[in-house]
Amino acid sequence: MLLELDGVSASYGSVPAIGRVSIMVGEGEAVGLLGANGAGKSTTLRAISGLVRLSAGSITFDGTRLAAMAPHKISELGIAHVPEGRQVFPEMSVQENLEVGSYAPRAKPERARSLELVYGIFPRLAERRRQLAGTMSGGEQQMLAVGRGLMLKPRLLMLDEPSLGLAPVMTDVTFEKIQEIHKLGTAILLVEQNVSRALTLVARAYVLESGRVIMQGKSAELANNKDVQTAYLGI
Amino acid sequence: MLETLAQAVINGLLIGGIYALVSIGVTLIFGVVKIVNFAQGEFVMIGMYLSFFLATQFGIDPVVSLVVTMPVLFVVGVLIQHFLIRRVLGQNDMPQIFLTFALSLLLVNLSLMLFTANYRTVHTWYSDEALHIGGLYIPLAKLFAFALAMVLSAALWIFLHTTDLGKAMRAAAQNRDVAMLMGINPNRVFCVALGVALALAGAAGSLLMPFYPAYPLVGQVFVLMAFVAVVLGTLGNVPGALVASLMMGVAESLGIQFIGADSGLIVVFLMLLLTLALRPSGLAGGRAR
Repeated sequence: MLLELDGVSASYGSVPAIGRVSIMVGEGEAVGLLGANGAGKSTTLRAISGLVRLSAGSITFDGTRLAAMAPHKISELGIAHVPEGRQVFPEMSVQENLEVGSYAPRAKPERARSLELVYGIFPRLAERRRQLAGTMSGGEQQMLAVGRGLMLKPRLLMLDEPSLGLAPVMTDVTFEKIQEIHKLGTAILLVEQNVSRALTLVARAYVLESGRVIMQGKSAELANNKDVQTAYLGI
Repeated sequence: MLETLAQAVINGLLIGGIYALVSIGVTLIFGVVKIVNFAQGEFVMIGMYLSFFLATQFGIDPVVSLVVTMPVLFVVGVLIQHFLIRRVLGQNDMPQIFLTFALSLLLVNLSLMLFTANYRTVHTWYSDEALHIGGLYIPLAKLFAFALAMVLSAALWIFLHTTDLGKAMRAAAQNRDVAMLMGINPNRVFCVALGVALALAGAAGSLLMPFYPAYPLVGQVFVLMAFVAVVLGTLGNVPGALVASLMMGVAESLGIQFIGADSGLIVVFLMLLLTLALRPSGLAGGRAR
């Protein structure tokens, strides 16, 4: 297994956010982390990338235990986290955002090649490379956030709600691009509220509710599950 | 009349360069580390005393001595970040606000003890020289100070915009958590920010020494102007602090010329009050650049 969470709990102050979450992502696999707003999906990603301390459990990435590692060390292992709400560096140009994405030592020597790859996948970013990121549309900023994640040369790309706030057309484009990235061999951990869209992209998924994994399975099984259909698919 | 006006503007711009070195440091620390460094003026004072001793003990010209004061204060900045400021980051406001305030008081009183309250001056070959262009009078010492202040400001801008470390600092200023996700070590970036800011304060001290006396409270003159410039230029905005510093130098100088020698600062504080009331995010708007 590339990534393994075993009984992970985390809280914000005294408010528990996730409890005993156990999930796995294989090498090159695309896995979904689904559920409603506030279910603990973002907290799970933040726990993996070291932005939230664990109160219990363990996280291993390719055999390395991540507990108590600082976020900048975790990214050096090849875990890219594209945070919710895009969060590009607004006062920096598109190109500068991408360059900062390859700040880590693992990525810096490959910067020129990574830029070429990202501009190849997102031609729109190439057109706008001198533009300040904060002045772009939401869809363009989402592309930039994903592209910036790719600059790390990640083995695992974690995407937090990439469709949030995007028009349906832009959501389609974004999911196509994620598919394209996955086909290059990058493992994907996709957090989505848009469950039906997510299930078309990932092979397996976990469903979170109130900070706990309440269901897991292959995408096709989940899509046909009565509970999932009524709770998340509006069928 | 026109000549008097032009002379006042020139005087203001020349001293505004020094204000810029101090305020750029304050705004850089605030933008990156999110700490207000009340002790920034004391590092100007330390730079002045350092230059004073290099001049009197070794005969090194104060302007030349910034090749010593800048690296020394860079190291001091790194140490202060590593051993003091790091401890209060992430805590509540109280220690964050009062740590640098306490540092300022400590440094002032230490220098009173070590150097006494006497004014120390260094006389150089250019201390009394000036260029005369038309009817205008441009003191050489202030011209050197202004020119080097602009060179250092430009060098900082180039560092922030062309090097990986500089871009990492801007990224950390704009979004610390996400910067960490990119592999940026915040402590390292904060150390560099403190180091660079204090090096600029040290440079200001060296550049002042040929035409301004060193004394334990000298930093307060400059830090006051720096804080106004930082607010006017938008907190965390380096070019904003530069432009605001020059504007304030001119405003102060016009106040001295047309209101009275003791009243120059009235104009500056009026500008601050109006900015806070009408445009609280500063004249430049936006964020850390």
